[in-house]
Amino acid sequence: MPNMDPKKCPMPVQEPEARIRNFSEVALGYTYDMAVGEARRCLSCKNKPCVSGCPVGIDIPAFVARVAAEDMEGAWEVLSASTALPAVCGRVCPQENQCEGKCVRGIKGEPVGIGRLERFVADWHREHTDAKPEVPVQNGHKVAVIGSGPSSLTAAGELAKAGYKVTVYEALHTPGGVLVYGIPEFRLPKDIVRREIDGLRQIGVDIETNVVVGKTVTIDELFDMGNEAVFIGSGAGLPRFMGIPGESLNGVYSANEFLTRINLMKAYKENAKTPVQRARNVAVVGGGNVAMDAARCAKRLGAQNVYIVYRRGMEEMPARREEVEHAQEEGIIFRTLCNPIEVLGDDKGCVKGMICQEMELGEPDASGRRRPVPKEGSTFTLEVDCMVMSIGTSPNPLIRSTTPGLETNRHGCIITSGDDGLTTREAVYAGGDAVTGAATVILAMGAGKQAARAIDQYIRSKE
Amino acid sequence: MYRIVEKEALNPTVTRMVIEAPLVARKAQPGQFIIFRASEDGERVPLTIADYDREKGTVTIIFQIVGGATMELNALEAGDSLTDFVGPLGKPSDLEGLKKVAVVGGGVGCAIAYPTAKRLHELGAEVHAVVGFRSRDLVILEKEFSAVSDRMLMMTDDGSYGEKGLVTNALERLIQEGNRYDEVIAIGPLVMMKFVCKVTEKYGVKTTVSMNPIMIDGTGMCGGCRLTVGGQTKFACVDGPDFDGHQVDFDEAIQRGGMYRDFEAHAREAACNLFKKEAE
Repeated sequence: MPNMDPKKCPMPVQEPEARIRNFSEVALGYTYDMAVGEARRCLSCKNKPCVSGCPVGIDIPAFVARVAAEDMEGAWEVLSASTALPAVCGRVCPQENQCEGKCVRGIKGEPVGIGRLERFVADWHREHTDAKPEVPVQNGHKVAVIGSGPSSLTAAGELAKAGYKVTVYEALHTPGGVLVYGIPEFRLPKDIVRREIDGLRQIGVDIETNVVVGKTVTIDELFDMGNEAVFIGSGAGLPRFMGIPGESLNGVYSANEFLTRINLMKAYKENAKTPVQRARNVAVVGGGNVAMDAARCAKRLGAQNVYIVYRRGMEEMPARREEVEHAQEEGIIFRTLCNPIEVLGDDKGCVKGMICQEMELGEPDASGRRRPVPKEGSTFTLEVDCMVMSIGTSPNPLIRSTTPGLETNRHGCIITSGDDGLTTREAVYAGGDAVTGAATVILAMGAGKQAARAIDQYIRSKE
Repeated sequence: MYRIVEKEALNPTVTRMVIEAPLVARKAQPGQFIIFRASEDGERVPLTIADYDREKGTVTIIFQIVGGATMELNALEAGDSLTDFVGPLGKPSDLEGLKKVAVVGGGVGCAIAYPTAKRLHELGAEVHAVVGFRSRDLVILEKEFSAVSDRMLMMTDDGSYGEKGLVTNALERLIQEGNRYDEVIAIGPLVMMKFVCKVTEKYGVKTTVSMNPIMIDGTGMCGGCRLTVGGQTKFACVDGPDFDGHQVDFDEAIQRGGMYRDFEAHAREAACNLFKKEAE
């Protein structure tokens, strides 16, 4: 008999007053009993709508059933057959729009907490199992993977499991891409990312840091080195600015720079060698998950007032509901329908405020969201000493400019033919934000998985 | 890890190091830069490539000991290794086709100006070098410069060596003497480059400067190195580091360069306080 509680078991969290003073993880994870109880809410329905909502196609009812039966290792085996990064996905996937969004239990109540269960199983496995994964039998073929974010790690893992010798090339000094430089410690502990990457190394994936493809080596040279295919998962790292006066003042950061200083370079730590401004009043411009991350980091660095400045309304905000709620609990102030038009500086060239234009919502635009239009004559000044621009990113031009025959669209995104990620160059595949522009971890993982399959088929077809 | 093959103090505050980095050496060209981290928790710091040897697989860097990261680097000796060394980054200098060039170097900037002068000399250009230092004991690469230039003017702020005065005085004199340069290449402190550009603008001589702003990744990701060039935002790491000096907003660059001055001062003060406590 399933557990018919209409509500999801709540996630234990650090209380807001405590967590705004530290960078430790906010969500503490289910206990064993909570996980088993929650898993028993699953109806094991035959048509498995949840699976259709998962970009990497995890057999969700099967892993949940094993949790309900208290077979945690069995649950982990089901998960790891489909995902290389369960501890990551369980934490950062927008489950409400994916698996949980399709859950039958969600029709009359709350869906099964699939993401929370995935996290529980991954954490349980990590804490209870020392067994090293078996190194797959090598098939003698080499593949190069560019970047080490979610799409690349997934592609590398899938290919390694299929017997390929995979080398991952990362431009920064630590692998993990956005999981390491972008998503903060309090949402995704870096130790977890490191362990997931260690797992890939254990199955034979080589990871070379400090290699900028397009500069240190080119894609053509990767082929010369004996690779039979290349996967590009270099992400969308190029930050956008608004192009308003005063954006070059000291105290204006791109979200990339702000978060990289904090997450990758650990500027939040007491004796960090890389600095970040400790501002009193911070405005984060944008309404996505990255904006929430930046705002919550600013709060933890000791800012008194942190504003989210967003030109549309709360309804239109692209950030996950949970992230917005966490931000609100932490005292982040939401200034919606508000668009900065100028940054003001003091005589030392530092930010002292920003002029904002109030907005109202007009007709829906191409994205289907109501377009914000300026409200005549209503501007005001917000006193801030730091501004973080979180209005999106686009793919880095370094690879496309050094790879003849690799075509991109007008946004700089790599053009691929359909779902398998094949680019306009033979044997070169791409996936993740480098193809779609900034999106989610799980979509990137799905793309990495599909490209890995396509690469496997391509190399087999040559034999 | 990237092993230090050679280390040499060029003067009390400037050090030259030869680093084993075969992948970087294979691709390096004049004008490009690298980013290093001396240790596991070190800062990422960009340095322009001073020289490279493709056969030996080494890259030479020359740096001034100014802050925590360069102090940490300078504490390493030949045989030790750097944790990270990535490159070559940025666009190479465009030196092809130049017939007559004035290369202006200021202080440690001479370390970068020298390979440029050398390359121009190899390409057959007539090179006039104008190098400036605060005083005699800070002079570096004098012999090297004179070996690759057709004319060399040595300037010191205090007159303790060469001629007393600024590089801008010497450059203006050369131009007034009737030297017609295809290009002036200026590498040094921002203030020096700004005033070199003011001089050359008067005479309508094309001027290229090498910018070295604060940056983290060096691949276009952080945007911390942004500059205003000809009214547009440019990233020094991917669009530069060389720019048309007459288009660069130097005052803004100088302001941005001071962003973490307080942090650095605090760090120094903290270190001094520690020393004081130990002394008590």
